[in-house]
Amino acid sequence: MDIIIIGLLLGGTYALMAMGLQLQYGVARIMNLANGEILVCGAFGAIWFFTASKLSPIYAVLFVVPLAFAANWAIYQWMMLPLVKRAKNQGQLEVDSILATFGLSFFVIGILLAVFGGEFLTYSYLAQPVRIFGEPYALNRIAAFIGSAVLCAGLYAWLHWTRAGLTMRAVSVNPGAAGLVSINVTRASALAFALGGAVTAAGGVLLSMFLTFDASLGVAFTLKALIIVIMGGVNDVRGAIIASFILGLTETAVATLVDPGLTLAAAYILFIVILLVRPEGLFGRRAS
Amino acid sequence: MPSGAATAALTVAGVFKRFGGLVAVDSMSFTLAENEVLGLIGPNGSGKTTMMNLISGALKPSAGRISFYDDDISGMPANVIAQKGVARTFQIVRMLPSLTVIENVAAGGVFGHRKRWGAELHDHAHDLLRRVGLENVDDVPVTALTYIDQKRVELARALASDPKILLLDEWLAGLNPTELQTGIALIERLRAEGRTIIIVEHVMHAIRSLCDRCIVMNSGAKIAEGTPQQVLADSEVIRAYLGDADA
Amino acid sequence: MTAGEKRGLIVTAVIFLVAAMLPLVNQGYWLSIGVSIAMYTVLATSWTLFSGPTNYIALSTAAFFGIGMYLVAAFLDWAPFPVLVLMAVVVGAAFAAVIGLATLRISGVYFVIFTLGLTELVRQVVAWMQHVMGTSSGLYVLISMTDPILYWLLLALSAIVFAIGWWIGRSRLGFALRIIGNDEVVAEHSGINTARAKVYLFVISSAFAALTGALVAPRWSYVEPTIAFSPFLSFQVVIMALLGGVHRLWGPLLGVIPFTLLWELISANFPAQTTLVLGVAFLLIVYFIPHGVVGLFEDLMRNRHGRLDSIKGTLLRWRSGNA
Repeated sequence: MDIIIIGLLLGGTYALMAMGLQLQYGVARIMNLANGEILVCGAFGAIWFFTASKLSPIYAVLFVVPLAFAANWAIYQWMMLPLVKRAKNQGQLEVDSILATFGLSFFVIGILLAVFGGEFLTYSYLAQPVRIFGEPYALNRIAAFIGSAVLCAGLYAWLHWTRAGLTMRAVSVNPGAAGLVSINVTRASALAFALGGAVTAAGGVLLSMFLTFDASLGVAFTLKALIIVIMGGVNDVRGAIIASFILGLTETAVATLVDPGLTLAAAYILFIVILLVRPEGLFGRRAS
Repeated sequence: MPSGAATAALTVAGVFKRFGGLVAVDSMSFTLAENEVLGLIGPNGSGKTTMMNLISGALKPSAGRISFYDDDISGMPANVIAQKGVARTFQIVRMLPSLTVIENVAAGGVFGHRKRWGAELHDHAHDLLRRVGLENVDDVPVTALTYIDQKRVELARALASDPKILLLDEWLAGLNPTELQTGIALIERLRAEGRTIIIVEHVMHAIRSLCDRCIVMNSGAKIAEGTPQQVLADSEVIRAYLGDADA
Repeated sequence: MTAGEKRGLIVTAVIFLVAAMLPLVNQGYWLSIGVSIAMYTVLATSWTLFSGPTNYIALSTAAFFGIGMYLVAAFLDWAPFPVLVLMAVVVGAAFAAVIGLATLRISGVYFVIFTLGLTELVRQVVAWMQHVMGTSSGLYVLISMTDPILYWLLLALSAIVFAIGWWIGRSRLGFALRIIGNDEVVAEHSGINTARAKVYLFVISSAFAALTGALVAPRWSYVEPTIAFSPFLSFQVVIMALLGGVHRLWGPLLGVIPFTLLWELISANFPAQTTLVLGVAFLLIVYFIPHGVVGLFEDLMRNRHGRLDSIKGTLLRWRSGNA
C-alpha cells in the first residue's frame, strides 16, 4: 500500500517536468535533451535559496520560474531558431536539435560542476512524518505533490481555457495550418519553449524537497521525462499526467520489491513495451 | 483491348479507409484489366490519392480487399507490393537529392519486381533516361534538374523495375502547355507499349485522349464509371465538380 | 575496379603500413596515444557505417563496448581470450539485432532516445546481476597484452572495418542505405525492406563495438561496470565521427585524430572540464561544421568549380527542355 502512495506522490511530482518537455517537443518541436539540466538548475536554485535564506524552498519557485523562462526564451531565440530556419524537414530539425541540446546539456553540467563541484546536495525541510491510512509518509513528499498538482492544474487550465493556450495546442497539432490562421508560429514556439523550461525548473524545485541532487543527475531525469512524454502521447497533457503516475508507481515498486539500482531498467522496459505495442502513446493519435 | 476471361491485373473490392472519424475511401470497388489505361478522376479531396496510396501499400485499408492478379495484397507493406510489380510516381515529385540522375533511376531497378545490378543496371537506367527524353544528364546531380525533368526521372525510376502496373499520381500537374504536350506524348507512348496504368489526373483532355476507361470519385465513393466520354457527360459528375447550378 | 579506386586502395595500404611502424619507433606515450587513436578509429568508422547513411544518431556504442569488455573480464578464468573475443561479437550482434528489430521500425528520434539510456541500463543490469550472484562488482583481467600487440590488433581491426565499409559501399545494401537516407518512402516503394536494411547495419556496427571492447579489456587490469560502461565513450565517438564527416568512409578518421589529441590535452591539464569540452564540441559541430571536416573540404572544392558547374547545368537544362 505504501508503495502505491509513494509511487503516486513521486509520479505526481514528475508530471511537471514531463509537461515541460511536452511543451517543448509537442509545440516547439524541439527534442530538448537538456531538459534534465534545467530541472537540476531549478533544484540547485532551491537548495541555494533554502540554505541562504532559511525560508521555505517553495518560495524559490518565485525566482526560479521567471529566470528559467527568460533563459529558455533566450535559448530558443539564439540556439534553436537558427536550426529551425536551416532545417529542410522535421527529421533534420530533430537530429540537429538533439545534438544541439545535447551539447547544451554538457555545457550546463560543466558549468554546474565548476560552480558547485561534484558533491551531492540536499537539505532537510518538512521532513516530519504524516500519517495516511496509518502509515507514515514524509510531509515534504506530500507538499511537493500538492505543489505539483496545483501547477499542473494551472497549466492545464491555461492550455484549455485561454486563448494563448489554444494557440499552443493549435501549433502542436499542425504548425502549417496554424500559420495559415495567422498564428505567429515562431512566437508561439518560443513561448512554449520558455514556458516548458520554466515548468520543468519548478518541478526541480519541488523535487529538491525530498531528493538528493548532484550536477550529473540531469540525464536520468531527461530520460524519465522523455519516457513519460512518449508513453503518454506527445500532444496530450492528460497522457503525460497518467504516464507520470505509471512511471512513479513502477519505479517505486521496483525499488522496493526488487532493487533500488534498477529503476532505470524498469522505466526502460516500460518504454520498450509502449514502443512495441502502442508507439503513439496512450493518448496519442496514430500517424497514418 | 482488355481480355474478359483473364484475371484482372488489379481488383479492388469494398475498400474503406478511415482516418479517425473521416471516411476518405468509401466502399470502392473496381477492376483494372491487363493492358488497360484507367483514369481515376474527381474533385480535390475525393480520395483519389488515398486510393493510390492504398494500392501501393503506403496506407493500409481499414476494410476490404485489394488483389494483384491472384494475390491478396491488402495491407501488405509497400516494399512487398513493389516487388510484386506495382510501381508509382508521387503527387509531389520525390527525388533522392544526394544522388545523380542515373542513380535516381537505378534506385528503382535494384530491389523491385525485376532486379538488376552492375553494368546491366547502368545500361538499363541509361536507356530509360533516353526513352523519357533526358540525354546527357546521367551524372548530373538530380537537384540541378527542372521540375519537368525531375518528373521524367521519377517516371524512369518507376519503369526501372519492369512493373506490371504503373500508378501515375497527377504526373501532369504543374506543367506549362508545352511541357504538358510532351508529357502526354510520353504517357501515350507507354500506353502504346501495352502497359497497365492507373492515372489520377485533373487535366481533362489528357484523360480523354489517354484513358480507355474512367472512374469518378467524390467524397471517397465511386459515382460514375465508363468511357471518358460517358463519365464526363454524366450529370452526377458535373454536379460533383461544378456544384448544383451547372448540372 | 577503376583507376581511381586502385589509387585509393594503394594510398590506404601505404597509410596502414606507415601507421604499423609506430611501435618500432616509440614504445611509450605516443604508442599509447596511437592505441587510443586506433581504437577510436574502429569505433567511429563502424558507427558511421550505420549512422552515416541512415542519419540515426546511435548513442549506444558504450553499451556494446562494455558488453564486450565485461564478457572478457567475467569469463577469462573459464575460456581462452580469442574465444571470448569471438563470443563478444556474437553476443553483441544478437543484442543489437533484438534492439534494432524493436526500435528501428519506429522513428529516428525514439531510436536516439532509446540508445541514450541503453548504456546506463546495461550497466545497471550488470551491476545488479553481480550483486545478486554475490560476486564483487570489479573484475580482474590478468592477461598480458603489450601495447604494441594491442596497437597492431586494433590497426588490423580498423583495416577490416574499412574493408567492410568499402565493400558495403559498392553493394546493394549500401545503395539501399543511401536511398533510405535520402527518402524512406521512395525506398519502400522501390522494394527495399527498410527496417531490415537498418537492422543489418546496426548489427554490424554494434558487433564491431563489442569486438573492440573485448580486445581492449586487457588494457585495464581491473574492470568495473563504471569503467566498462562509461557514458562518455558514446558521446566521444559521435563527436569524432561528426567532426570528421559521416558521408565518406575515411571521414571519421579526420575527426578521431584531432579530437583524441585534444581530449588528451584537456584530461591531463583540466580534468574537471572534460564535460564542458564535450558540450562545446557538440555545439561547435552542430552550428559551424554540420558536415564535418570532409564537408568543409568538399565545399571548398566545389566553390572552385562552382561557376563552371552552374554554366554546365544551365546549358543542359536548355537542351533537355527542347527534347
